[in-house]
Amino acid sequence: MRRFRAMIKKEITQMLRDPRTLFFIFIMPILQLMLMGYANNSDVKNIATVVFDQSNTAESRDLISAFKSTEYYAFDYIATSDTQVNNLIQGGQAKVGIIIPPDYSSQLAAGKSAQVLVLIDGSDPTIASSTLSAAQLAGQARGAKILAETLSSRGSTLGTNASPVDVRTRVLYNPDLLGAYNIVPGLIAIILFQTTVNLTAMSIVRERERGTIEQLIVTPIRNWELVLAKIIPYILVSFANTILILVIGTLWFQVPIRGSLVLLFVLTGLYLLPNLGLGLLISTMAKTQQQAQMMTMPIMLPSMMLSGFIFPMASLPLFLQAVGYMLPLTYFIIILRSLVIKGAGLELLIPQTFVLIGFSIVLLTLAALRFKKSLD
Amino acid sequence: MESEFLLETHDLVKTFGALRAVDGLNLQVRPGEMVGLVGPDGAGKTTAMRLLCGALHATSGSIRLAGYEYPGQIEQARGEIGYLAQRFSLYGDLTVKENLDFFGEIFEIPEKERQQRSADLLRFAGLSEFAERPAAALSGGMQKKLGLACALVHQPKVLLLDEPTGGVDPVARQEFWQLLIGLLRGGSAVLVSTPYMDEAMRFNRVIFMNHGKALTQGIPRNLMARLADRILELDAEPQMEAKAIAASDPEVEDVHTFGNYLHLRVSTAEGPTTRIPARLAEAGLKLNHLYPVPPTLEDVFIHLLETEGAGYG
Ligand SMILES: Nc1ncnc2c1ncn2[C@@H]1O[C@H](COP(=O)(O)OP(=O)(O)OP(=O)(O)O)[C@@H](O)[C@H]1O
Ligand SMILES: [Mg+2]
Repeated sequence: MRRFRAMIKKEITQMLRDPRTLFFIFIMPILQLMLMGYANNSDVKNIATVVFDQSNTAESRDLISAFKSTEYYAFDYIATSDTQVNNLIQGGQAKVGIIIPPDYSSQLAAGKSAQVLVLIDGSDPTIASSTLSAAQLAGQARGAKILAETLSSRGSTLGTNASPVDVRTRVLYNPDLLGAYNIVPGLIAIILFQTTVNLTAMSIVRERERGTIEQLIVTPIRNWELVLAKIIPYILVSFANTILILVIGTLWFQVPIRGSLVLLFVLTGLYLLPNLGLGLLISTMAKTQQQAQMMTMPIMLPSMMLSGFIFPMASLPLFLQAVGYMLPLTYFIIILRSLVIKGAGLELLIPQTFVLIGFSIVLLTLAALRFKKSLD
Repeated sequence: MESEFLLETHDLVKTFGALRAVDGLNLQVRPGEMVGLVGPDGAGKTTAMRLLCGALHATSGSIRLAGYEYPGQIEQARGEIGYLAQRFSLYGDLTVKENLDFFGEIFEIPEKERQQRSADLLRFAGLSEFAERPAAALSGGMQKKLGLACALVHQPKVLLLDEPTGGVDPVARQEFWQLLIGLLRGGSAVLVSTPYMDEAMRFNRVIFMNHGKALTQGIPRNLMARLADRILELDAEPQMEAKAIAASDPEVEDVHTFGNYLHLRVSTAEGPTTRIPARLAEAGLKLNHLYPVPPTLEDVFIHLLETEGAGYG
């Protein structure tokens, strides 16, 4: 036990003295959370908008000014055809297109629901998510007003749940929008992935690169003591990171945690296992820290892209989905999102939990088989 | 512990792919003995040391250290081995004291004893005043001394030192040898590798090593006696031409540069000492001196390498 304690003490001392590791542990997560969380949460204003007003009446202009008053839209372009609207959005000059049908006024006058189409460029999810809700709000506000006016002036009735202005929104290119709700849980998964895989691999490879492993392996320290002492500091760091992100997420970005915190931590612990196994496995193969970095890349990149963190799984081609399903991160993101956002309990997360257990067994076994207390 | 040797190997082999870095090495070291493993770069000294300390696993052959057989009992043997690697392998980001503490704790020395020993070793290595300095900020010589201190913290019976004086200035070297001599009195067995022949004189026994094999071994004095009266020292100018002339003499076996002079190995001394001055005069070269000198270990080693048909890089 003294050997093990000495080793842990050494690891923590070294960790706290290495500015790069400290940056990775304490600054990176906050930076990433702020960048991604903010990019998704901030109020987006004056988005380039093209309007195709086929009705061109007092009523349609009222609607446009309702949109304008939200300050989300800058009406930079007036289009004269659907194609023009599409081209402007496709070309990136406009992010939003509003198409008012020719019969807008007449429909309203007839007491019917008038349809307005709002096209949103989903390739920029930040803008898209903000404009989407703004468009619906603007439409509803306008509709409510028209409704009130109509009711008071004519005393007639409309269908109970039909709003006179029916804003139909269509998000182009990226139908599942990201929001801070999605980002915060996803980011926990990503950051834990980075700290565990990367830093574990690094801390062992660093011993090899600097030659200190040679002096270490001739001591009576046991294999498992060495490995555990390398891992435990990063397990602690991972939980600290999780708490940090959750605190910032709830206090700053108002992301609610609807599920059980205990379950969250238990499953987080489970998710650390395959990552630590992976980090150890990499450490048995890499001779230098640079090599280790190169080896994490081919796992890091697909984990970011194919796990459902950035792009929804369903939007990926099948073979990329297949790759995504081979990553532990994919399952943990599902777990976190369900647990944090939807308040899911363990009974709904059993398949993912078992997959993670499977990954843990495979990766830790492989790592244990390959990890030798030797320079060979 | 029935063996008289603290360290013993039998037909030790280590291959890296096709390369036989250690190729059938047999060596024995007794308590109180300091044995030198001497050989040129790439001879396999480090590989041999790593096999002995259990950092590498032998391809074949056996090692017996303080009564423990490897590979089976390597973990039990570790407490008896003090190893100083050729390359600095302590933690540069930990202080001198933290390094010493770490190795003391990892060898599970009782706390009170450990603290006492750490302080003693710091004093012994002359590092007391640098205790709080990060190891990376020490000079090369101080790093070697710290390495030695860390290797000694658990009072091992066998000390394996891989080029302990490499990159160390002459003064620090002297101090280093003084430290080691003190240890031998305590009955430790010390195996030291070095590429420096001049250092080999200090050892009780030297093992000449090349291409992974022990060419010969013995007490330095006895080894040198093999070449008694067979080394001539020649000082003539210009040296290049003198070397060619000396080499052409039928009784000269080898000519090599030794410091500012040439060392000639001869089968007998008489013929060359008369013929060579005459030949030099004929060629118009200036002769400063030519006389027999006591052989050095380097002469012996070069002789060995040639009879083995191997080159000395
Ligand atoms: N891990 C390894 N993989 C492959 N070859 C190796 C390895 N370690 C050593 N060698 C090779 O084995 C041979 C012996 O090397 P070794 O380091 O033991 O020599 P050495 O006598 O210590 O030399 P030096 O005086 O330069 O330290 C060399 O040819 C070296 O290139
Ligand atoms: Mg060497």
